Amino acid sequence: MTVWADVVGQPDAVQVLSTAAEAAADLVAGKPTTPGAMTHAWLFTGPPGSGRSTAAKAFAAALQCVAPGGPRGCGDCAACRTVLAGTHADVRVVVPEGLSISVAEMRALVQLAARRPTTGRWQIVIVEDADRLTEGAANALLKAVEEPPDRTVFLLCAPSDHPEDVSVTIRSRCRSIALRTPPAAAIAEVLERRDGVEPQLAGWAASVCGGHIGRARRLSTDQAARERRESVLAIPLALRRFSDIFPNADTLVKAAEAEAVTANESRNASETEALKTAMGAGGTGKGTASATRGAAGALKELERRQKSRATRTQRDSLDLALVDLMGFYRDVLVTKSGAEVALNHPDRAADATTAAASWTAESTLRRLEAVLSCRDALQQNVKPRIAIEAMVTALHRG
Amino acid sequence: MSAPAVTPDPLQLVLGEEELLVERAVRAALDTARAADPQADLSRVRVTELTPPELAELLSPSLFAEGRVVVLEAAQEAGKEIAEAVVAYAKQPADGIVLVVQHTGGGRSKVAKELPAALRKAGAAVVECAKITKPGDRDAFVREEVRRAGGKIEPAALAALVEAVGSDLRELAAAAAQLVADTDGRITEAEVRRYHQGKAEVTGFAVADKTVVGDLPGALEALRWAMQLGVAHVLVADALAEGVRTVAKVASAGRGDPFRMAGDLGMPPWKVKRAQGQARGWTPAGLAEAMQVVAGLNAEVKGMAADPEYALERAVLRIVRAHELP
Repeated sequence: MTVWADVVGQPDAVQVLSTAAEAAADLVAGKPTTPGAMTHAWLFTGPPGSGRSTAAKAFAAALQCVAPGGPRGCGDCAACRTVLAGTHADVRVVVPEGLSISVAEMRALVQLAARRPTTGRWQIVIVEDADRLTEGAANALLKAVEEPPDRTVFLLCAPSDHPEDVSVTIRSRCRSIALRTPPAAAIAEVLERRDGVEPQLAGWAASVCGGHIGRARRLSTDQAARERRESVLAIPLALRRFSDIFPNADTLVKAAEAEAVTANESRNASETEALKTAMGAGGTGKGTASATRGAAGALKELERRQKSRATRTQRDSLDLALVDLMGFYRDVLVTKSGAEVALNHPDRAADATTAAASWTAESTLRRLEAVLSCRDALQQNVKPRIAIEAMVTALHRG
Repeated sequence: MSAPAVTPDPLQLVLGEEELLVERAVRAALDTARAADPQADLSRVRVTELTPPELAELLSPSLFAEGRVVVLEAAQEAGKEIAEAVVAYAKQPADGIVLVVQHTGGGRSKVAKELPAALRKAGAAVVECAKITKPGDRDAFVREEVRRAGGKIEPAALAALVEAVGSDLRELAAAAAQLVADTDGRITEAEVRRYHQGKAEVTGFAVADKTVVGDLPGALEALRWAMQLGVAHVLVADALAEGVRTVAKVASAGRGDPFRMAGDLGMPPWKVKRAQGQARGWTPAGLAEAMQVVAGLNAEVKGMAADPEYALERAVLRIVRAHELP
């Protein structure tokens, strides 16, 4: 099975990338190639969940593939497997866990990128979520992306090539690969094949995930995620009286907080423990006191990182809920207009019909707007509880 | 030699963190000791800088039986050895020596925490100097200060003084003494206003309380004072948001017994009761509007507005206007 198998429903992108990989292999072998087939910097854009980072990794694997003969990206050689597993020596993957990627991180990365590849093929740097680069970080990266050393390739991933996501200067130095929303059938297929999900469940998950592959997998494998989605989608019709606002807003916020805690709790504890041990805590004998002297500062730094991660998890989880809500209001509008298009939440069609019968199109749009502005507000660092309560109030009022 | 009129307590425990009161208690101990023996000298030592032998030296009677006042500062940080030495001494205090132990009431180690109880048991005279946090206690303190200085203060004048000077006891005590000296001893509000102007402390909550009841002039005045005093914009915005959501939450729950509703709403009964009062005059539409305003304000003070002060004033105006919505 080739490395492209996991790049779901993107035949055009795979076509371009595999051509580039062939050209790259020729470059390495010193054969003449079509000029422009291979480039030193790529920007993968596409809607959330369309598999940007998967595509970038598959491309990286194809570049590093060492299989003799045949198309690049066999998926079986040591290079392909290590790249996909994230352990290849010449592939750096930057995955921001906090809210942004700092300039210090990027400067270190630029230095790494200047090295020659150890395997003699390509030195590859993958930046997932390049939209989280701060302005300074993007500028630090700029020079390296523009003229990297001979065998260095930058693969950046971002939701879109809009200046809000990726600065124009970075974008203009990259070749853009636009991924599209993968079709539901392709998602269901990959869920069945890769994750061994029951066909019926896979079909359902693919239909409600809004084209987000990761979300589809989560929904099909995690009972709690399904329950959370149910409780979020129950909100629009549960807002009958003014007094329904606060309990419903509370449900949303509490669920996000709980997720942030459960997702990070055990990891935080083990990280703290490991750092304490590394700083010499619990040691006995001569010199232990002086060894632990700098520990407090390092621990504080770790706590700061963990807090940033928790905020990110909480925001991501709230954002997911808001996207589901947005889908529902869109469904109401679609139902109201009588258009024959697929719904975002086909399993909630009855609710959408009920809502369409009682709300006007204007009030539905206003509700949709409220959800959108709440997403913006969360981006702008508004306290989640305040933003969510204001949104639910608007949802109730219509 | 004549017997002294008052004998100082040989063992005193000054318990609490209010600096001014602690200082006064120590001074009082010294004064009584000096009344008994004018030559009595004072030595202050931090417990952490002391070793048991040094302590024993300090606490042993001198050859010529001069009076001595020993103040042990920060006894809450005492180590085990010192604490034991102090307790052992407390059981058999030496003649002519007054030992004053300052202790915040807290302490990290077990021995340090238990020191006050041990001293009490040994018969120490205890002076409580807990931090004054309640407004009522603070008023009582000021009244007492004025009385000590030989004056009287009207309730209105008292309120004006506390508002203008703030909650720092040292400043309040100084202001009270000064006012008594500057007037004929009867302090009226007009006298206070002549010497003190402005506000020492305005919190975001003061702004929020005035805003949610629709008191526009009061709210704007409080807001300007808060800005003048350098209260962070974010704090005022948060207080406004908190005020509005509390009212909305309580209003949405309807009327009822505050004590019964407190549990469901997740806030203390007094807060529910106050919010019920503030909720009068609000309509659901008005509250919904106000909630949007405070949510927008929260983003604005965090960098979305060119001028956060303007954003705050506008938000106050809009909330008051929402209060008048039918």
